Amino acid sequence: MQLVIISGKGGTGKTTVAASFAYLSENSIKCDCDVDASNLHIVLGGEDIKSEPYLGAKVAHVDKDKCTLCRACEDMCRYDAIKDGVVAELKCEGCAACTVVCPNNAITMEDEVTGDTIITKSSTGILSRAQMIVGAEGSGKLVTDVRKNALDYGTKDDFYLLDGTPGVGCAVLASVTGCDMALMIVEPSQSGLNDFKRVLSVVEYFEIKPLVCINKYDINEDVTADIVDFCKDKNIDLIGKIPFDSTVEKSINELKPIVVYDDSIAGKEIKKIWKTVNSYL
Amino acid sequence: MQIAVLSGKGGTGKTTVSTNLAKLINVRYIDCDVEEPNGFIFLKPEGIKSQEVSIPVPYVDEDKCTHCKKCIDICQFNALVHTNKVILFEKLCHGCGACRAVCPTMAITEKDRPIGKIEVGYNGDMECLGGTLNVTEPMAGPIISKLKSMIDDKTTILDCSPGSSCNVVKPLLGVDYAVLVTEPTEFGLHDLKIAVELVRKMDIPFGVVINRLSQEDNTTSRYLKDENINIVGTIPFDRNIAVMYSKGELLINDDKYKKLFTDITHNIEEAIGCSL
Repeated sequence: MQLVIISGKGGTGKTTVAASFAYLSENSIKCDCDVDASNLHIVLGGEDIKSEPYLGAKVAHVDKDKCTLCRACEDMCRYDAIKDGVVAELKCEGCAACTVVCPNNAITMEDEVTGDTIITKSSTGILSRAQMIVGAEGSGKLVTDVRKNALDYGTKDDFYLLDGTPGVGCAVLASVTGCDMALMIVEPSQSGLNDFKRVLSVVEYFEIKPLVCINKYDINEDVTADIVDFCKDKNIDLIGKIPFDSTVEKSINELKPIVVYDDSIAGKEIKKIWKTVNSYL
Repeated sequence: MQIAVLSGKGGTGKTTVSTNLAKLINVRYIDCDVEEPNGFIFLKPEGIKSQEVSIPVPYVDEDKCTHCKKCIDICQFNALVHTNKVILFEKLCHGCGACRAVCPTMAITEKDRPIGKIEVGYNGDMECLGGTLNVTEPMAGPIISKLKSMIDDKTTILDCSPGSSCNVVKPLLGVDYAVLVTEPTEFGLHDLKIAVELVRKMDIPFGVVINRLSQEDNTTSRYLKDENINIVGTIPFDRNIAVMYSKGELLINDDKYKKLFTDITHNIEEAIGCSL
């Protein structure tokens, strides 16, 4: 069983919910799919037990001795990545089209390390994550690897908890595909509603069971009502409404999941949501 | 003059800073977060004109194909496979043209495949541009590149995607100054460091806006001081700001908050040494 937590928009509280679920779920295997800026390990703590460089992309390399500056590669490159025989690595997509047109075989494609995949042994079990090198290509492929690595630490019957990525692009597609359920955290704002609808289309496209919870629902009760109505119309299970709670900020700074604060109103609601999620497992 | 607003992570206030700043100084705004574009919710541009964005994908003429499989070997994205003919997985195709270039019998031509759109509208005389990636399409890059190609010398604020991947690199190419938005939490600091690494790697001068600031002395301020990074503004932790944001309202409509963005503008002007 694989549950992914996503949001469309960033900063809606994915990691707050994921860290709480990680704390509450015994023997689950965790994946942090936000390879651009992973945060789950900061809350869960623990020790890195494995780290491997990830060869996620290729980049063109020009042999200066062979290059005659004929500029055939420049004309071919659709990403404007070669000029005067020099490759702008941040622009290179690694497509190798330049190697095809070079009359002197001066260009080769070289593997590029785009990050590290890491296995962390946290207080709540195994966490598979990655640290992408800033500005690197191919975060979707890296997400796929993070998920594959997690599978080495469990069986098919285990519960896998995935902290997803913001957006709807390649990293999100890689986070969501093959999951059994997606919990979407929605913020009651015009932009939050907008992003929720877009990411819902992704979930529906992959035919994954959608669940919804609204975070900071009392910031704008009108939009909250719109989200409630929307879910009702679409027959989507709305399984919780988390109130605005300043303890959440405190919990982030104290690096503890919000559910450990007994007097936290957000923590109480997340515990209830976790129970409901379990009824679907 | 191009100014990019980025953050390492989503939800820190990039769109708040970039839309309010662009409207206050009345310059062109571009929403480069094509996966989740939200800027238009706040700027409400009118007279929107839309155009499709496509990428060229290969089309194989079976009469000319000799099944040499050179196209399959060259494709770095595994977008082409060969069964009894060449099959394209179009969502994997980056539109690079390598297969066409390598084909010895010129059996490959290209056709355009739409992946999203670009919209241009106006708030008063302020030009607003934005792109939207079609849902379930993986590649945002070509839409961002198209948006970037529509910019001239006029001052432009670019609202970037969250994260630090290729989708953030594309809008940053060629910008004159970057504003990094962060929030004073441990998560925020972790993500800010990633954004700092990116702009330093790209050699772009930058300053930081601290959003949701509730206390003066915090780890973020200390980090910025140690790293000698310029703070160009702060926005307080204020429930009312969250409420205005949730309604899709610009903060500069309230005089109390307008001053924050006037200060940010002045500080940026001082940093770049010219007026915006």
